[in-house]
Amino acid sequence: MGVEVVVQGLGKSFGAQAIWRDVTLTLPAGEVSVLLGPSGTGKSVFLKCLVGLLRPERGRVVINGVDLCSCAERDTYEIRKLFGVLFQDGALFGSMSVYDNVAFPLREHTRKSEKEIHAIVMSKMDMVGMRGAERKLPGEISGGMRKRAGLARALVLDPRIILCDEPDSGLDPVRTALLSQLLIDLNAQLDATILIVTHNITVARSVPDNLGMLFRRELVLFGPRELLLTSDIPVVAQFLNGHKEGPIGMSEEKDSADFSARPPGADPSARPLGADSPARPPGADSPARPPGAIPETLVPQLQPTPGLPPRDAVRRRKLRLLQSLDTLPTPAREGVLATMTREDLDHYDTWRRRTSAIPIATHHPRGGPR
Amino acid sequence: MSAPARAVTGVLREFGGLFAMALDVVAGMFRRPVQGREIVRQFWFIASVSILPAALVAIPFGAVITLQLGSLTAQIGADSFNGAASVLVVIQQASPIVTTLVVAGAGGSAICADLGSRTIREEIDAMRVLGVSPIHRLVVPRVIAATAVAALLNGMVSVVGVCGGYFFNVVVQDGTPGAFLSSFSALAQLPDLWVAEIKALLFGFLAGLVAAYRGLNPRGGPKGVGDVVNQSVVITFLLLFFVNFVISVVYLRIVPAKGA
Repeated sequence: MGVEVVVQGLGKSFGAQAIWRDVTLTLPAGEVSVLLGPSGTGKSVFLKCLVGLLRPERGRVVINGVDLCSCAERDTYEIRKLFGVLFQDGALFGSMSVYDNVAFPLREHTRKSEKEIHAIVMSKMDMVGMRGAERKLPGEISGGMRKRAGLARALVLDPRIILCDEPDSGLDPVRTALLSQLLIDLNAQLDATILIVTHNITVARSVPDNLGMLFRRELVLFGPRELLLTSDIPVVAQFLNGHKEGPIGMSEEKDSADFSARPPGADPSARPLGADSPARPPGADSPARPPGAIPETLVPQLQPTPGLPPRDAVRRRKLRLLQSLDTLPTPAREGVLATMTREDLDHYDTWRRRTSAIPIATHHPRGGPR
Repeated sequence: MSAPARAVTGVLREFGGLFAMALDVVAGMFRRPVQGREIVRQFWFIASVSILPAALVAIPFGAVITLQLGSLTAQIGADSFNGAASVLVVIQQASPIVTTLVVAGAGGSAICADLGSRTIREEIDAMRVLGVSPIHRLVVPRVIAATAVAALLNGMVSVVGVCGGYFFNVVVQDGTPGAFLSSFSALAQLPDLWVAEIKALLFGFLAGLVAAYRGLNPRGGPKGVGDVVNQSVVITFLLLFFVNFVISVVYLRIVPAKGA
């Protein structure tokens, strides 16, 4: 099963320039999460902090009880073995063939024979649909193939956490859809925790269990997909609908100028809209939406290819969400409930009854107030 | 912080990073597994791009020294020591410097460009994430190769330089071949050869180290790679002459001149 990644109060700056600060989120074990954000908001930097390639100045990244930000170099290398990272362009080693690239981690970290390595490499190549291109050099294959080969290399040590840096950049919509399907299929087969960093709305709407958004050096929101997809926070709504009007401007300078004009500690979403954009009440796109209906941004989530096992993460997530249902705003709650079947609710009820029957010790067993 | 202060801390930080990496590299040299194949490949590459330029630079260098000294020694009536002086200068000073200029210019710039482009293609990050130290895997073999090439090339450059000096002294300045050859051991001694080799080793190490350090820390995309290649050569040259000065002073202090 995947591993939970807990990020607490993370802050990173280069020199005097803060990239983002006070990012707190938890990637639930085995679930697929997407981190959104306009270009230049430090999404890739966040990813690099998660694997310990960059050291954030503040905060903690806890994986398996180890804080990646303060542990020794040796522990960092150990923790990294849990990770599979897909870099933007695949980051294949240019001097090696695709086969050698995928075999590289096995040859470095295991004592497997070449025959065993061959079997593993070929099975991973099959998984990403790259069979037949093993002998090619990275320079001889297309960008989409490089990405898939990079994914195969990331998968070869059976990672518990898979990080993808813009898996859709430079790919056409069809390839992007196929890659999204591949990631969901992988999650069904491996049950690994997956974090995708992107600014592709289609991916953000259809792939993840959880969504987060970085903007103006802060994490605006992180939560179940229903929460963000139905959100009326201006930044989130503008981004997920791809509108021109809203707090996000063309240049990052404009964003940061607005940012510095804002009193510190204020909620970034609570700012009034910029003077150059007409004030737009939340939900103005669909004024005719009947109350209680689910907004059209909340598209059904991508399912694994028929024939694969169901995603275990979906079951765990339903239980988790039902427990915290009353903390969600109404549209999100309706969205969550719409995905539940009768059985899910029955299952939750039995779970509740069972757990509530267990007496919870409220005082110390010996010497309590009697 | 004011601009000059920031510049000074920036420079100090870079040198600190360079020294830290030097320690990592030295430690990495004794760590298993030894990257034998990579060392041989890099050695072969650096040697193949350095040998010809080094020889071609050595001939005129040796010649110029002999010509200059030849006229000088003739004026003070010490023609017979012409060979001795030129050998001393070529072996102790000219040869290690020429060798390293070529190793840094031809080999180091290629190492820097290679590592720089790998860094911006995120290959280095990918390697770290896969749990492999790029220092051990890529930098150590390159530094070892540069050091070995410099040490070996130094011998060749010494021979070629002295031959060039001999040729010009005998043919152009009508010097006596016998006097030139027999005065070889009049002033020069064995420690001169040792210090030349030590210099070459150290300079080769520095050339490889600076190239790798700059290559692993490019700023801002493909243009940054061009910049760091440029910087790596300039920094190596500056370090080279400074370190050479220090070693020469120390050597002249602790090893007495012959006959003194």
